[in-house]
Amino acid sequence: MPEAVTKPDLDALDRRLIVATQAGLPRVPRPYEVIGGQLGIAGDEVVARLRRMLDTGVIRRIGVVPNHYAIGYTANGMSVWDIDDARIDELGALVGALGFVTHCYRRPRRLPEWPYNLFAMVHSQCREEVAARVAEIAALLGDACRGHDILYSTAILKKTGLRIAG
Amino acid sequence: MPEPTVVAPVLDAIDRRIINALQGDFPLVAEPYLQVADALGLSEAELLQRLDAMLEHKVLTRFGPMFQIERAGGAFVLAAMKVPEADFDRVAAQVNAFPEVAHNYRRDHALNMWFVLATATPEGIASTVAAIEAATGLPVFPFPKEREYFVEMKLHA
Repeated sequence: MPEAVTKPDLDALDRRLIVATQAGLPRVPRPYEVIGGQLGIAGDEVVARLRRMLDTGVIRRIGVVPNHYAIGYTANGMSVWDIDDARIDELGALVGALGFVTHCYRRPRRLPEWPYNLFAMVHSQCREEVAARVAEIAALLGDACRGHDILYSTAILKKTGLRIAG
Repeated sequence: MPEPTVVAPVLDAIDRRIINALQGDFPLVAEPYLQVADALGLSEAELLQRLDAMLEHKVLTRFGPMFQIERAGGAFVLAAMKVPEADFDRVAAQVNAFPEVAHNYRRDHALNMWFVLATATPEGIASTVAAIEAATGLPVFPFPKEREYFVEMKLHA
């Protein structure tokens, strides 16, 4: 099951605000006022609630998500690693701190199909560059790594973003 | 497998500056676009027009708050399937038909289909996995995150 997290208190209005903004912010001069108008609250209240959700981590950030293909990152390699369980947290933090790693997670193995317990996503301009960066990770991990692989994406089958129902 | 064929729209230097400036910290003020435009030396109207165009042409997949849905009581989990080549299109259509499937990528491995499930409650993950297995007749391997070391989807344009 997903990791347990402490849930910040979100009231019904916060949840309506999430549903109203998860597809994006309106491109109008006063976007928070427009959202407030939909929810029956003032723009200032929208701002205050978004600020609180940012502070509690319900919102990671507010900004753009570039299509990585469109901005030139055409090679998307999911590097996966079989790391000694005794050292994975220490090494996961090191790999996650590398500038070219965009996501880094510890996940369960699925033996025998899947021996890997560390996932590090590497986006680059070409596969050669992904491979070079993966080699850097391998050097960093040294003997604690018993094997690794790179899974390149060869097609985007669906991309709608993460949504919750209203 | 070949790289996916993508027709990359032409981005000019101003588009790239907008993308790089807006990867986080969009202002929480009454007129946020005006503030960003001023910082970039653009007019508010030009910033809005370029954002609209980049969203329309899918240079940007989203613009707004990025929610961590676990913190809002929801759940998301990476999952993979080993799909026989001959059945790939059928299974992709069946999997994609689930609204809980947020992203789905084909990858070059025996586990060749990787998708993210997003549900309003943690319990929804197990029931969706079971429903996908029933619909496709194939096992689904969930890979829930046990620990997050870093997530910072910021790419320099």
